[in-house]
Amino acid sequence: MTLTRELGKRFLGLILVLFLVTLFTALLLSMVPGDPVDTLLPLSDSSPEVVAQKEALREELNLDEPLPARYAAWLGDFVRGDFGNYYRTSGADPVGDRLAEALPVSLQLMVYAQVLALLIAVPLGVLSAYRAGTLFDKAANTTAFALLAVPNFVLGLGLAYYVGVVAGWLPPSGYVPFTDNPAEHIQRMILPAVTLAAAQIAVYMRLLRSDMVQTLQEDFIQMARSKGISDQRVLWRHALRPSSLTLLTVAGHNVGTLIGGAVIVEVLFSIPGLGTAIAQAIFERQYVALQTFVAVLAILYVLVNFAVDVLYTVVDPRIRHARARN
Amino acid sequence: MPVGSVMAPPAAAGHAAQPLDEIDPSPTRRLGIIGWFSLTWLGGISLLALLAPALPLKDPDRSYLEIVRTGPLQPGHILGGDGNGRDMLARVVFGARTSLTIAVVAVLAGLVVGGLLGLVAGYYRGRFDAVLTTLFNVLLSIPALVLALSLVAVFASADQDVSNGRKMSVIIAALAIVTVPILGRITRASALSWSEREFVKAAQVLGASHRRIMFREVLPNVAPAMMSIALLGIAVAIVAEGSLALLGVGVTEVPSWGNMIALGRSDLARNGWAVGIPSTAIFLTVLALNYLGDVVRARFDVREGVL
Amino acid sequence: MTPYSANRAAGATAESPVGFRLNRRVQGRLLEVADLRTGFRTPGGVVRAVDGVSLTLDRGRTLGIVGESGSGKSVLSRSIMGLLPRRNVERSGRVVYDGTDISALTPGRRKDLWGTQMAMVFQDPMTALNPVQRIGAQITEGLRFHLGLDRGTSRANAVALLRSVGIPEPERRLKQYPHELSGGMRQRIMIAVALACGPRLLFADEPTTALDVTVQAQILNLLAAQQREREMAMVLVTHDLGVVAGRADTIAVMYAGQIVETAPTAQLFANVRMPYTEALLRSIPQLDQPRGSRLQAIPGRPPNLVRPPRGCRFAPRCPYAQDRCRAEAPPLVEEEPGHAYRCWYPLPARVTPPTRGAY
Repeated sequence: MTLTRELGKRFLGLILVLFLVTLFTALLLSMVPGDPVDTLLPLSDSSPEVVAQKEALREELNLDEPLPARYAAWLGDFVRGDFGNYYRTSGADPVGDRLAEALPVSLQLMVYAQVLALLIAVPLGVLSAYRAGTLFDKAANTTAFALLAVPNFVLGLGLAYYVGVVAGWLPPSGYVPFTDNPAEHIQRMILPAVTLAAAQIAVYMRLLRSDMVQTLQEDFIQMARSKGISDQRVLWRHALRPSSLTLLTVAGHNVGTLIGGAVIVEVLFSIPGLGTAIAQAIFERQYVALQTFVAVLAILYVLVNFAVDVLYTVVDPRIRHARARN
Repeated sequence: MPVGSVMAPPAAAGHAAQPLDEIDPSPTRRLGIIGWFSLTWLGGISLLALLAPALPLKDPDRSYLEIVRTGPLQPGHILGGDGNGRDMLARVVFGARTSLTIAVVAVLAGLVVGGLLGLVAGYYRGRFDAVLTTLFNVLLSIPALVLALSLVAVFASADQDVSNGRKMSVIIAALAIVTVPILGRITRASALSWSEREFVKAAQVLGASHRRIMFREVLPNVAPAMMSIALLGIAVAIVAEGSLALLGVGVTEVPSWGNMIALGRSDLARNGWAVGIPSTAIFLTVLALNYLGDVVRARFDVREGVL
Repeated sequence: MTPYSANRAAGATAESPVGFRLNRRVQGRLLEVADLRTGFRTPGGVVRAVDGVSLTLDRGRTLGIVGESGSGKSVLSRSIMGLLPRRNVERSGRVVYDGTDISALTPGRRKDLWGTQMAMVFQDPMTALNPVQRIGAQITEGLRFHLGLDRGTSRANAVALLRSVGIPEPERRLKQYPHELSGGMRQRIMIAVALACGPRLLFADEPTTALDVTVQAQILNLLAAQQREREMAMVLVTHDLGVVAGRADTIAVMYAGQIVETAPTAQLFANVRMPYTEALLRSIPQLDQPRGSRLQAIPGRPPNLVRPPRGCRFAPRCPYAQDRCRAEAPPLVEEEPGHAYRCWYPLPARVTPPTRGAY
């Protein structure tokens, strides 16, 4: 199958999944036990104004329509950028505004965490594989293992308290946009990024180490060694690239996961990202907003994973040529 | 000039032509010290959790003024007290009861449902498999915690007073739903590869029913992978329960490791033990589960490697 | 102008950093190995892959090392070069290259010799070439690292090298990946990579095993031609006596980590003394055999290298074995000049080649 045909097939699968996911999230509101309108507008008043408000809301949310119509309406709005509203006693706030503020923040946190994790995990993984079996390797492996067992919220709480409050080295919470104050922005993002990165470091390091140990036993590594080039060169120029495929795939998938999986970290450190928005929407029972956020998350996740899979097959020259030959 | 080959006998009990390199020092098939510690800890904590009401513990809900915000090693209270003066030892044990129940039941449910679905999908393949895989992918495209959070929020927080029992059921159900696609995928992949083996074809040719083959031939081979992931899954579920509690949608009336941390969080400055003790309990349990999960996988992986 | 002399003309220095004088002599001893032993530590014990091997090689000559898989022949060439893992390896013995004891060198200094003085061609070119690196890069890497050539010069050298190993359209090949070429071409490229910096000693570890029979002769001819042109010594390791028959000056037969017979080629074939060598010779299928005749395999299996038997290691499989063979290990004895063997009851000296008879 040619590259384009395979991509096309995958793309169709992608569309299907996106459709089903958005369908599911669009129905979240209807799954709430009881009358959704009463949940959104918890006013027990039965005065005509309130009744009219509720009717208007019911109309707006198409709650009386059959399922397909409801989904179609939701989808139509979504695609046009109408992401629904927060329904508060003070009035309706468009969700889109909050989304536009929160999404970049979550993306920043995700990028920082990934970069940090890779910067630390890659050298550690390479070194562990090079010195496989030594004390260094065992220590690194054990530390990684222990790190994975610490729940991220415990780590976050611990860091926030001991580094932030007790030692006072870094601010324990809050967020400042980069454009306002770059230095403080970085300062405030360090602890949450470290908390998020910790588990990733352990996973990446072990993945890379395991793949590298296998690669180092291959013939072409012996061949490279026999050319008399330095060990460093053999490790970084010859062994690293073929060993990093699994790592890059996992890291790629993590991009999607981390955007939504950072809920706890964001809440703990008061970072106003998508995670906090979701937590808040739940707390305030703003299910319309919740629908939107979950849908956005799912879409991003699916798209990112799709891109990673495509990149993976395109980048590996062996697969590329095998396909060309067919 | 004769260009022939010497008949080479099978390779010796020595080594291959390739110079030997390091043996990977990850958990081997034998249980080391850590393995025994893990088993002991898990066994112990499970036993305590199971027998909690019958044990000579203090009442976990009763406040003792003398131990408000104190660390461990108080007279009569080995682990000290939390912000309200409640006995930490009792709370940790009863907390274990709650957290472990939630995690184990959720993963078991996910194992049964996901495992069954995966087994059938991997064995029969075809349209059922395609539909199931798409369904799994859909569920997996929402980050697990967000999905669980949403489900719990929708079904257990809508009205103000939801009974604790119902809350717990919803949490278990939500975690189970999140577990199903993960376990289903692994089981399906494993069942797929085992179903293509000779012995399955042989059984089919002999006329054995599909059901029999699935459960008598394929399932026993798929089980180790499932078990390994299930152990890891329980660890994740325990942490997830903690996350849910911290986000305000966990169980409330009874102690759980998660809500102990959530409650102790505001007190962190004055009494770190209220957070530290349940955190340590979670840490040790997760460590033990991760280690044993790795051991199970290592023990049974070799068979897969031979394929 | 051969690529070899092209390298020199391009400014490569004759002084190697080891402080090791490059000998331009074309005759005389190049390599001397004394009682080399290599053991690998495994959970089951130490595997003695090379258990007391001594040999010599003169400049420009070819030594053939023949043995079954598991005999230790591949480990031997790597041990001589020093290309072994760092941990869990026990190594003893001396290797003297061109007057310098290289077994006493640190790994760092030994690496200075690799590529420039000695190089290795591996068995399977598909796995021995880096699959994700272009061929040009693989050839020029050594050139730029050891000889410090710039990109243009090293590229020109690479093209010349590829041409000299018989690859058509060399410029195009530089940009290609190994999997785009056939097995024979890949092996030629591996030879080019090994020869890039002009080594004086080449280890060819089963260079033709992974290739078609038709290509085998081409590759062997290529190696011989390169040897002549560069005045290079070669150690040719193989399990196939036919490969070394016309190509090696001396043959050493290895069994269970030891050399059991060694002699100049013609003498070995004419005057086999050790029963194992005789068995190897007999098991070569001949074209004039009657149809349907069975191939003569050597019964049994090679011994356990962790705990080798007390007596002669071949005794369990030897049709001539006596009690003494099982009790005492025979030493390597040089009866006729240049012909040594390890046997208590060597086959009677002969002038005519062995015929096919009942085993």
